[in-house]
Amino acid sequence: MLKYIVKRLISMVPVIIGVTFVVFAIMHFTPGDPATLLLGEEAPPAEVERMRERMGLNDPFLVQYGNFLFGLFRLDLGFSLTTGRPVFNEIANRLPATIQLAAAAILVAIFIGVIMGIIASTRQYTVFDGGAMFVALLGVSMPNFWLGLMMILVFSVFWNNTFGYVLFPSSGFGTLRHLVMPAIVLGTAHAAFITRITRSSMLEVLRQDYIRTARSKGLNERVVVYLHALRNALMPVVTMAGLRFGVLLGGSVVTEQIFAIPGMGRLLVESVRSQNYTLVQGIILTYAIIFSLVNLAVDLLYAAIDPRIQVQYK
Amino acid sequence: MATEATTVKKAAVARKQRTRFQETWRRLRKNRWALAGLTMIVLLGLVAIFADFIAPYGYNEQNYFRILEGPSRDNFLGTDNLGRDVFSRIVHGSRLSLSIGFITTSIGLTVGGFLGAVAAFYGGRVDNLIMRFMDIILAIPGFIFAIALVSALGPSLTNLMIAVGINTIPYFARIIRSSVMSTKENEFIEAARVIGSSDLWIIFKHLIPNSLAPILVQATLRIGDTIIIASGLSFLGLGAQPPLPEWGALLSAGRGYLRVAWWMATFPGVAIMVTVLAFNLLGDGLRDALDPRLKN
Repeated sequence: MLKYIVKRLISMVPVIIGVTFVVFAIMHFTPGDPATLLLGEEAPPAEVERMRERMGLNDPFLVQYGNFLFGLFRLDLGFSLTTGRPVFNEIANRLPATIQLAAAAILVAIFIGVIMGIIASTRQYTVFDGGAMFVALLGVSMPNFWLGLMMILVFSVFWNNTFGYVLFPSSGFGTLRHLVMPAIVLGTAHAAFITRITRSSMLEVLRQDYIRTARSKGLNERVVVYLHALRNALMPVVTMAGLRFGVLLGGSVVTEQIFAIPGMGRLLVESVRSQNYTLVQGIILTYAIIFSLVNLAVDLLYAAIDPRIQVQYK
Repeated sequence: MATEATTVKKAAVARKQRTRFQETWRRLRKNRWALAGLTMIVLLGLVAIFADFIAPYGYNEQNYFRILEGPSRDNFLGTDNLGRDVFSRIVHGSRLSLSIGFITTSIGLTVGGFLGAVAAFYGGRVDNLIMRFMDIILAIPGFIFAIALVSALGPSLTNLMIAVGINTIPYFARIIRSSVMSTKENEFIEAARVIGSSDLWIIFKHLIPNSLAPILVQATLRIGDTIIIASGLSFLGLGAQPPLPEWGALLSAGRGYLRVAWWMATFPGVAIMVTVLAFNLLGDGLRDALDPRLKN
C-alpha cells in the first residue's frame, strides 16, 4: 500500500509542474505591467524601471519561470500586487472557507445522490425512478448561481416578508446556518451527477449472480441492497465523483461570490479584476493542487476498498 | 460491366448508410424525452433566428417611465432597472447563448478532435506528448482555467468563447483518441494504407467519420455544459459586457435588484436551464440510440 501511495504521489509531480508552466505562461503574456500596477499610474518611469529590474521582469521568460518554480519549493509565491503581502499568506487566509464549503457540498451531494440513486435503481421504470431521473437531469442543467439567487429569494427575501425573520442568512460565513444554502447550491449539480451514476452502477450490480445468490438464500432485501450491492456499486461512483470534483471547485467560485463567503474564489475574482496577476497565479495553482490531491485520495480510497489493486503493488 | 458493378456497389453502400441513420433515427424517435429535447432545440433556434420579430422591444430599448415594473400585459416578464423589457432581452440573448454553445463546442471539437486523432494514429511519443499536455489542462478545474484565460485575454464575448472553447479541447481529444485507437485496428485501415493513402487522408477520410457516434453524443452534451460555464463567467463580469443581453449577464444584473425585482433574476435563469436541459435530453437520447448496449 505504501508503495502505491508513493508511486501515485510521484506521478503527480510532472503534472503539477506542467500546470505551473501553463499558468505562469498565461499570466506572463497577460497585458498590463505588474511594476506599474504596484507603484500606481503616476509613478515616474525611472522608478517603474527600477521596480521592473528588482522584480526580475526584465529577465528572459524561462529565467523568470525558473525563479518562480524555485520559489515554489520554498512556498514563496511572490507578493500580492495590491496589498504587498505574500501571496502564500493571502491564500492561506482564504483557504479554510473554501475547503469548508466544498466539504459541506460534497457531503450534501453524496447523501442526496446516493439515496436518490438507490431509490431509482431498486424501483426501475416506476414513478420513483422517472421522478428521480428527471430531478437529476434538472439538477445538472441548472446553473448553480441561479439556484443560489432563487434560494436567497425564497429563504431570505420572501421568508422575511411573510414571517418577519430570515430562515437562512443570504451572506456571511462562520455558523452552520450560514453554510446551509451555499452547501446545497454547490452540492446540487454534484448530487444530480452522483444520482445518475449510482443508478446505472447499481442496476449493473443488481443483475449479477452473487446478488441472486444472496436473495435466494433468503436474505432481507435491504441487506442485499445496502450491504451486498451498494458496496460494489459505489466504486465507480467514488471515481466519477472525484473526477467531477473540479467542476465543484469551479462552482465554488460563483457560490462564494453569491453568498459573500470570504474564500479563495472571491479572492480570485477580485484579483482578476485588479489584474493582480501574482495572486491569480497562486490561486489557480492552489486549486489545481487541491484537485490533484482529491483525486489522489480517491485513488487511495479505491485501493483501500478493492484488494485487487493492492495486490498489484505488493 | 465494371460501371454496372460499381453502381450496384454504390447503391448498396448508400442503402447501408441510410439504414444506419434510419436505425438511429428510429430508436431516437421512440424516446419521448429525446424528441422533447430536439423539439426544444429547434424552437430555441427559431427564436434566435426570428428574435427581431418575436421580441416586442429592442434589447437595449430603454423606457424610463417603466423602471423595475413587474410582469404585466405590456412587459410580460417585467422590466429591468433601465426600463428595458426582460422578455425581449431574453429573446435576443438566445442568439448569444446558442452561438456561444455552438462556437465553443466547435473550437473544442476541431482542435481536440484533431489532436486526439493524431495522438491515437501515431501513438508512442506523439501520443504521450499530446495526452500529457491534455492531462495538465484537465488538472486545472475547467471553470477556473477559463477564468485564467479570460483574465489574460481581457473580458469580452469573443475572448469568452475562446477561453471556454480551449477548455473543452481535452474532452474531445480523449474521446476521439480512444475511438480512433479501436478503429485503426480494422482491416479497412490496413487496406487504405496498402493502396498508399496518406496519413492525413486516412485520419480525415476513414478514422474520424468512423468515430462520429461518440463525437456527436459528446458534442451535444458539451454544448449544455459550455452554455453554463459561459454564463457563469458572464455572471462574474468576465464575459459578455453590458448592454449585451447574455443570459448570465442578465442574471448578474438581476442579482443587484433581487429584493425589489425578483423577475429580473428569475427568468434568464429559466432560459438557461431550459436550453441546457434540451441539449442534455437530446444528448442522452442520442447516446442510447447510437449504442443501445449502454442503456440500462
